[in-house]
Amino acid sequence: MAEKLDQIFIILRDWLVSFLPAVLRPAAGVLLAVIAIVCVFPGLFALTTVFERKGLGRIQNRLGPNRVGPFGFFQPIADGIKSLTKEDIVPFSANALVHFLAPLILVVTVFMGFAVLPMGRNMVLVDMDAGLLFFFAMGAATELSVFMAGWSSRNKYSLLGAMRAVAQMISYEVVLLLSGVSVVMISGSLSLPKIVAAQNSYSGIFPHWYIFTPWGLGAFIMYAIAATAETNRSPFDLPEGESELVAGYHTEYSGFKFALFFLGEYLAMFSISGMGTTLFLGGWSAPFSFLSWVPSWIWFFGKVMTSIFVFIWMRGTLPRLRQDQLMNFAWKFVLPFTLLDLMVTALWRFMGDGWQRWVVCTLILIAAYVLMGRVGLRRKHIGPRSYRYAE
Amino acid sequence: MTGFASPLTGYLIVAALIFAIGLAGALVRRNAIMVLIGIELMLNAANLNFIAFWRFGPHPEALTGMMFAIFSIAVAAAEAAVGLGLVIAIHRHTNTTDLDKINRMKG
Amino acid sequence: MNAIFYILAALTITGGLAAILLKHLIHAALAVTIAFAGLALLFLQLDAQFAGFAQILVYIGAVAILVVFAILLTRGADLPREGVFSPTWLVGLVIAAGVFAVLGWAVLRSVNAIPQQAAAPAVSVLDIGNALVGRYVLPLEIVALLLTAATIGAVIVAMHEKAGSR
Repeated sequence: MAEKLDQIFIILRDWLVSFLPAVLRPAAGVLLAVIAIVCVFPGLFALTTVFERKGLGRIQNRLGPNRVGPFGFFQPIADGIKSLTKEDIVPFSANALVHFLAPLILVVTVFMGFAVLPMGRNMVLVDMDAGLLFFFAMGAATELSVFMAGWSSRNKYSLLGAMRAVAQMISYEVVLLLSGVSVVMISGSLSLPKIVAAQNSYSGIFPHWYIFTPWGLGAFIMYAIAATAETNRSPFDLPEGESELVAGYHTEYSGFKFALFFLGEYLAMFSISGMGTTLFLGGWSAPFSFLSWVPSWIWFFGKVMTSIFVFIWMRGTLPRLRQDQLMNFAWKFVLPFTLLDLMVTALWRFMGDGWQRWVVCTLILIAAYVLMGRVGLRRKHIGPRSYRYAE
Repeated sequence: MTGFASPLTGYLIVAALIFAIGLAGALVRRNAIMVLIGIELMLNAANLNFIAFWRFGPHPEALTGMMFAIFSIAVAAAEAAVGLGLVIAIHRHTNTTDLDKINRMKG
Repeated sequence: MNAIFYILAALTITGGLAAILLKHLIHAALAVTIAFAGLALLFLQLDAQFAGFAQILVYIGAVAILVVFAILLTRGADLPREGVFSPTWLVGLVIAAGVFAVLGWAVLRSVNAIPQQAAAPAVSVLDIGNALVGRYVLPLEIVALLLTAATIGAVIVAMHEKAGSR
């Protein structure tokens, strides 16, 4: 019974597809899976917008939206109607074609990233041999659309926001890739279902997720920092900080195009959280071996929603980083630490099983964190304040 | 042009066409950055050639063509970075990127 | 296979032509990005998955953005007065046409030696990894040195000079 519940979507798809002749079945199966992804993730996006607003409200000691529906849970419907019926203003001197294409390319590349995530046992859309590389390639293509949006608006503030966003995304992309490479080294494959399968074993009741190893914890924390920066979320949201830059690269967008940018940003959050759960949190595997009767897709979506909750929590709690502090942090702390973590991963693998590798790797990582954190990020000594008066 | 003798011919003709377009871009345009874009197109055409021959060649499991293409992508990225850095430095010095105007050795 | 190949080839060639013919530099940079994407799809059609995804990651994700940043930093968005084509454009066009003619003639003449069909090679990323650290380890290390030198060199060349050395 638990087996059937676990594979219920696969069984449903096979049953629906069996109505068609045999030659059309593979294509129809893939099409059904694509339709499922396109329906589920925007639905989750709608739910997340209301969670975010109510969550942020509670963190900031106020209620969130609570007028539309019970406890405000129909707010996304009201937001959707509003953004669809607003006038679509394109600035007169803006580059119309590029202005139109930018949100389109953003949403298309972000949706493509969902194709390789294993959302349950046997539930991956395309099992590519180089799945991880495909995912990061789609992430890289996102940066170009951000630049296109900022430049085509013919607005100084949009361009400034776009440049900041692209510089930030490029810097943290390297960190994202390197922390993924640590996982690839241990699991031996770039294919995501194989990475999940490598974490799906238990010793006693404890799972072999990579986050429960010293190098995995280090890599996961670096991945989480880089993921927050890639999706331009607080505390790295200077490119779109509402109190800073009007709205950054999507200032000149109104109505449905703005909704597409919003959708693109949240879907990118889901996508990167999905990748983080696949790489470090064991994907669809259960946290304890006695809980494996719960369907695998429930675990996957539970872990993704927990990551989204952590994103919302960080947004409500941490102050925004200034752009130069952000870039400093990336190149002077996060990247060296990730490289060191890569070497510690190699050390872990070559030391073989035993308690020694736990101790050695943990000590190296803690020493590195203390050294690099204290030495690398030492602030300049700030002298007495000097004043310049207007002449 | 409806039927090529083999799929490989089609890929090679496309690669030759892109190479010629890149060469034309590098020779015809004034701006230094357009010349670099032409060079990138030429490198990409050569990559397509390598991958096409790897696919239709006798020993694809030796991976020679794919390796060459991967190294070519890496080297092209490095060369684009250095070339664009040079263009920016020249612009800072002479305030132009027009190649017809940058025709003296002494600044 | 044929229809998809023609569509992708048309996309790539259109992107390339637009890149060298458009007057506005940023439009040209975006058109060459379309050409890169078309080429990546052609690589994927040739079963070279690793090369295709690496092409997207490196060219569209880095080189295109580099080109666009350089255009913005050198005020390329303002159109020059004298036009975008150099006065000797006809000679350049003739040379390019000549090169294409020679290459096309060479390809079409050697039709007899070209294999007709080939099964898709079953190469996995594991094979590529083994080859990179096995047979091709020397080029790998040299490319690593080259990339380091290029990074440091590009930063030094494009850096602002200190005010004292002007």
